[in-house]
Amino acid sequence: MKRTVVAVALMSIGLTTAHAQEMVVKLGGAAPLTGNQSHLGKDLENGTRLAIEEANAKGITIGGKKVKFELVGEDDQADPRTGTTVAQRLVDAGVKGVIGHLNSGTSIPASRIYDQAGIPQVSPASTNPKLTLQNFSGVFRTIANDVQQGTGLGKYATGALGAKRVAIIDDRTAYGQGLADETAKAVKETGGEVVAREFTTDKATDFNAILTKIRATNPEVIFYGGMDAQAGPMLRQMKQLGISAKFLTGDGGCSPEMIKLAGDGMSSNAYCSMPGLPLEKMPGGADFRERYKKRFNADVQVYSPYAYDAAMAIITAMQKADSVEPAKYLPELKKSNFPGVIGNVSFDANGDIKEGAVTIYNFKDGAWAPL
Amino acid sequence: METLIQQFINGLVIGSVYALIALGYTMVYGILGLINFAHGDVLMVGALVALQTMMFLMGIAPGMSPLVMLAIALAVAMVICMLLGFTMERLAYRRLRNAPRLAPLITAIGVSFLLQTLAMIIWGRNYHTFPQLIPTTPLQPIPGVFVTPVQITIVVVSALLMSGLLLLVNRTRIGRAMRATAENHRVASLMGVDTNAVIALTFVIGAALAAVAGVMFASNYGIAHYGMGFMPGLKAFTAAVLGGIGNLGGAMLGGVVLGLVESFGAGYIEHLTFGFLNSSYQDIFAFIILGLVLIFRPTGLLGERVSDRA
Repeated sequence: MKRTVVAVALMSIGLTTAHAQEMVVKLGGAAPLTGNQSHLGKDLENGTRLAIEEANAKGITIGGKKVKFELVGEDDQADPRTGTTVAQRLVDAGVKGVIGHLNSGTSIPASRIYDQAGIPQVSPASTNPKLTLQNFSGVFRTIANDVQQGTGLGKYATGALGAKRVAIIDDRTAYGQGLADETAKAVKETGGEVVAREFTTDKATDFNAILTKIRATNPEVIFYGGMDAQAGPMLRQMKQLGISAKFLTGDGGCSPEMIKLAGDGMSSNAYCSMPGLPLEKMPGGADFRERYKKRFNADVQVYSPYAYDAAMAIITAMQKADSVEPAKYLPELKKSNFPGVIGNVSFDANGDIKEGAVTIYNFKDGAWAPL
Repeated sequence: METLIQQFINGLVIGSVYALIALGYTMVYGILGLINFAHGDVLMVGALVALQTMMFLMGIAPGMSPLVMLAIALAVAMVICMLLGFTMERLAYRRLRNAPRLAPLITAIGVSFLLQTLAMIIWGRNYHTFPQLIPTTPLQPIPGVFVTPVQITIVVVSALLMSGLLLLVNRTRIGRAMRATAENHRVASLMGVDTNAVIALTFVIGAALAAVAGVMFASNYGIAHYGMGFMPGLKAFTAAVLGGIGNLGGAMLGGVVLGLVESFGAGYIEHLTFGFLNSSYQDIFAFIILGLVLIFRPTGLLGERVSDRA
């Protein structure tokens, strides 16, 4: 008799532990965590991390089991080759979804690997149109693409800034080049002239030679397609060369970091664009900024709200499908429709975010001010 | 015409920095036959140490004159880099002095990664704004041509340091010991030259020059970053090869020539090739020149006696 009681007791202990046991679901995060874009990459990863930690704190149950999400963060070094290696590593680690990459140049080659493994990928930062035009069913992005952004920038240069002569520089990355091409197209379509088309790299610090060449063509606006690490020094050098043209750049240069790096080169002549709405105009922006600051003791740079919503899209889809298996929750991910930090999150047939707005910012009183 | 002069100035400024860094490569190569790939990263350490010192000084003595502050920061950076150069030689390279040539080369690459990673841990991943204590407001000596005081400083300081180094190597006792060691370090030690000390001194001088180059580089562009040494290091190495590695005058000439080629290349390549090539071939243009020079003068512009050591 005594023996049976013990046995039953043991059994019940076994059962309760089985119940309490959590199912660990790995989500992949990929961004440059070293190199000169690492501050942006870390910001992106922090966004994902915040979403995952909040979901874990809430205690989500999927398929009758309590789920613990785990972030597998990888450093793609903003390098296409490393990007594919990292993608394969995430697939091998058994992640159920990927939030990343940052650069279009890494997102595009990596997307093929995720597609072959049947793992959905949501990029919070890659804006090159090509990414979602590859007929991969599981590729999404929470940020407006370069067609939307470039058209907005080009029209702004010829319209609100009233420029007839525009010089265009890009850093020869998939992102920079894509954005610059779309901007150039929009400038020409709206009656402007592209007076110079120059190139640099995403590792350069000296732009004096190309800026001197551009200066001779007398542009009213200089557009740069690239990241803040180059755009900042470029602005300084413009000033040192006595160039008074207005400076316009995309989201890669629209960070607080850019203002620091440009130093005294920064003036009301500097403009940048951001896909989507400014943090303070995002429906969940103010609240997000506070939670982010509290958790990481750092300011939101650029992409963390988009990464947060990308992770939320995957987690929400898993909840709706009541499964963490990619094949099961992918249909729900496609149908995503929920209020995120950045606004309503829903995707079009290609996987691009619907109603991807573009906001132009101007430098005013020491910060980027939305126009 | 303004554009031409401006491109010349652009090239001269960046070329002077390349030349200064190239000296460090060429001195070590001249004496040891070793390409010290970590040299570019010493530049980075110099810039970041100077930045740290400036931050500290701004904290304790906000009213300090900018030039004094820069001088102190530069001195601290040079001392730290000299220690770093000494340590590098002592720990990483001395044991490998008689090893096959590939071993120290790979070690140098390893040291380069080590320095970058350490700097990333100490100073973080972000770009830092480097205080521009020498004014950057452009002057216009000729209408339409802009030069900043910091650019003038770079050219002048580089020229002074290079002349100083030439004097040191060619006119002093230490210089004679260095030349003797370069000739043949075993024979030199038989003649009573303390070759270990000479080699250590070579590293120390090279590192000090790299620290100066780093501070000037960061002052000019207003930024500092743990990866900032890589590109200038690579370019300076190219400059050293272009001028004839192992030859001090060659490194200086190579640096300035490379700077000018890059600047004029980016500025005029499109006109020269009727729009076929553009500024995205800026670096390729520099390397084409390097290739051509090496075809016709395999030892570089001023190189000599290199083949017997290679």
